[in-house]
Amino acid sequence: MSVEAPPRPAPPPAQPSAPRRVGALLLHWWRRLTAMRTAIILLFLLALAAVPGSLLPQRALSQNKVNTYLTDHPTLGPVLDRLYLFDVFTSPWFAAVYLLLFVSLIGCVLPRALEHFRAMRAAPPPAPRHLLRLPDSGQLDTSLAGPQALDVVEEELRVRRFRVVRREGELSAEKGYLKETGNLLFHLSLVAMLLGLAGGKLWGYEGSILVTEGQGFCNAFQQYDTYSSGPLVKSSDLTPLCIDLDQFTAKYEQNLTAASFTADIRYGAPGKDGVPTTIGVNEPLRVDGDRVYVTGHGYSPTFSVTTADGKKYDGLSVPFLPTNTQTMASEGALKLPDVGTAGDDQLALQGFFAPTGVVQNKILTSIDPRPLDPQVAIFIYQGYLGLDSGIPQSVYSLDQSQIDRGRLTKVAAANLKVGQSTKLPDGTTVGFTGYKEFASLQLSHDPGQVWVLWSAISLLTGLLGMLLLRRERVFARVATDPGSGGTVLTLASLTRGSGESAPRFAALKDHLADALADRTPHSPEDRPRAC
Amino acid sequence: MPADSLAALSDSLFSITVALYSLAVVAFCAQLAFGRRPARIPELVGAGAPVAATQEPVADDRRGRRWGLVAMGLTIVGVLTHAGVLVTRGLATDRLPWGNMYEFATATVLVAVVAYVVFAVRAPALRHLGLFVLAPVVLALVLIGLFLYATAGPLVAALRSYWLAIHVTTAIIGFGIFFVSGIASIMYLVRSRYEARIADGEAPQTGVVAKLPAAAALDRVAHRTAVFGFPIWTFAVIAGAIWAEAAWGRFWGWDPKETWAFIAWVVYAGYLHARTTAGWRGRPAAWVNTVGLVVMIFNLLFVNMVSTGLHSYAGLN
Repeated sequence: MSVEAPPRPAPPPAQPSAPRRVGALLLHWWRRLTAMRTAIILLFLLALAAVPGSLLPQRALSQNKVNTYLTDHPTLGPVLDRLYLFDVFTSPWFAAVYLLLFVSLIGCVLPRALEHFRAMRAAPPPAPRHLLRLPDSGQLDTSLAGPQALDVVEEELRVRRFRVVRREGELSAEKGYLKETGNLLFHLSLVAMLLGLAGGKLWGYEGSILVTEGQGFCNAFQQYDTYSSGPLVKSSDLTPLCIDLDQFTAKYEQNLTAASFTADIRYGAPGKDGVPTTIGVNEPLRVDGDRVYVTGHGYSPTFSVTTADGKKYDGLSVPFLPTNTQTMASEGALKLPDVGTAGDDQLALQGFFAPTGVVQNKILTSIDPRPLDPQVAIFIYQGYLGLDSGIPQSVYSLDQSQIDRGRLTKVAAANLKVGQSTKLPDGTTVGFTGYKEFASLQLSHDPGQVWVLWSAISLLTGLLGMLLLRRERVFARVATDPGSGGTVLTLASLTRGSGESAPRFAALKDHLADALADRTPHSPEDRPRAC
Repeated sequence: MPADSLAALSDSLFSITVALYSLAVVAFCAQLAFGRRPARIPELVGAGAPVAATQEPVADDRRGRRWGLVAMGLTIVGVLTHAGVLVTRGLATDRLPWGNMYEFATATVLVAVVAYVVFAVRAPALRHLGLFVLAPVVLALVLIGLFLYATAGPLVAALRSYWLAIHVTTAIIGFGIFFVSGIASIMYLVRSRYEARIADGEAPQTGVVAKLPAAAALDRVAHRTAVFGFPIWTFAVIAGAIWAEAAWGRFWGWDPKETWAFIAWVVYAGYLHARTTAGWRGRPAAWVNTVGLVVMIFNLLFVNMVSTGLHSYAGLN
């Protein structure tokens, strides 16, 4: 087409209608989006977009770390937060990248799948006119007549599982359709996997709870310490399941490496006798699409309180959270709003638990995660705890504002071994009576994960087929040699998916030469040589 | 043999391996130094160029060849002592010898060297890669010995699963293969620039670059190893997800290690696509593969040592 202006101004072409123009534009962008180059760029964007998710703290992993980061970076933090950089994998821009990538993928793969489906039903294409121009080609001489020579070639190719079509004086063969099938399977499995992931996010839920030995919980959101659930989960959908923790056991190697954590539990529908079983690290309970995990453990020290007027409270126990998983040194608080006589006479303990304690300079430390010599270092407070003030409090620490305000005052401090006790100024006795173990349990429900697993398996199958198989076409044509009156067999092949087609083609040609020679009624010395 | 002396033997074998590989590096250098310059400058390989250029034999004189054999011999003995490091560690601790970063990294480097040896035996023309594989290997082993060393000990509870054998083994193999692939792509970048300059009429050099395998051969090594490594890496990630479902309560949680495994997977997927896409073939694709190697190394070092995630058990305190 010429780029110069036509000699006479042609009448302006009729302006295409607006919908048509929009359609053309959309088609243009669709082609752009589904082009391989775009897909590669989107792949890189996806990789790049995931990077901040590993370098910055993420809410999904640890809300605490995000809070710390926000307090440490008061100016930068909120800006990053507005850019969703603490929720990278649920952010709109991350979703935009992968959705575009998947649209591009579908736009590329679906037409290919249709084309492949047609190709699988169609015969291999006719041989190109100039066979010797193909990258792998060569000629063989034989004394067999043309059709007989092609018979030999056809037989040899069929043994090699080629699909062969004979046409007048020529032959086309193809194999390796499964390579393209694998390619399509791989890409469609990615789509299936995304759908499985999305389903799991929409209909899945997860709750965590600390359970002390002898206690239990039922699968209901209000029972969990923390939970998260997909937008389509209704409270009534939760499996009716109750778990009781009978015993928790931690085993250690000689060098104090944790060897195993197991929890003896009973599970079953509410109100029924539970089925006893043992779960542990790497061995969750799987029941009716729900899984129950042991995700952590710790100690709940037990205290007894005897007030001055002789009232005795026994077995007061609360989980202390481990601050060091090597030594299981733990911290926590015990709030006793009902122990005192009046509203402003409540009692509370805050302190430190060491399963194997050592006191140096009046400071208690833990040296072993096993409960060989349990000790506590506690501060005892009296006053108003502020529990009914309406402001939520952590169960693991006292409300510092009550202490600052002077409503809650420290009345004693003590390091206690099991069986020891300390006396408060008002005559109350606080004793350390022992400990129980608690387990952090997590119940998870993800209806999508089986889909994701099957997608992953078919993805890998497709990948192996795509990368390991070869798509190969072989063409052959016969012509009479005007000189000798024999037949000249021209062979050529086209290979996709392998860089080293030349040696394989040479081997095929040698085999064909041998096969042709075997059918020729001649002594072996007269074998036609491969050229 | 008692566990302590086995562990000590493992540590001695580590030092012996480093020494053997270092000697192999010296021998590879000697091979390059004494080998004759290729008599013929390989043709520039453009689109659709014949494969012939890549099969151009690199001519050595006899002395160079003898050094090459010495280097290969040292490398193979090194591989044996290197495997011995892991075997004695495994016997000393009565478990698979990849429970911490020292063992994981040592095993990864072993896979890289084995992958190179397999290539060198099958395609002698590629033995010239030796220096460029073994020099980083020696460096890596020295750094591993200095900074990652962990005494032999039992595994923490979370790692006591048969998935350790499946997930970590395939991750090590995948990483080792990607390592060779990345090195081949880096060398391709160097060599193809050299070949382009020759094509522009510049005089051929006598340096190391002139003795590298032809660019097209390097590109093919990089691609074939990546094609081999990609399904293995995919499997390692899937196996990791299955293990995570049993150990951590979810199959995927964007833990830093998971995130970087995903990033590496996406980058290698990009490489395999780039190599078959017009406009990306050749040097751009090789750059993508190089980025892949950087991501893998970053994933091994940074994620385990700096960031805190569920994979940070790796024996560094």
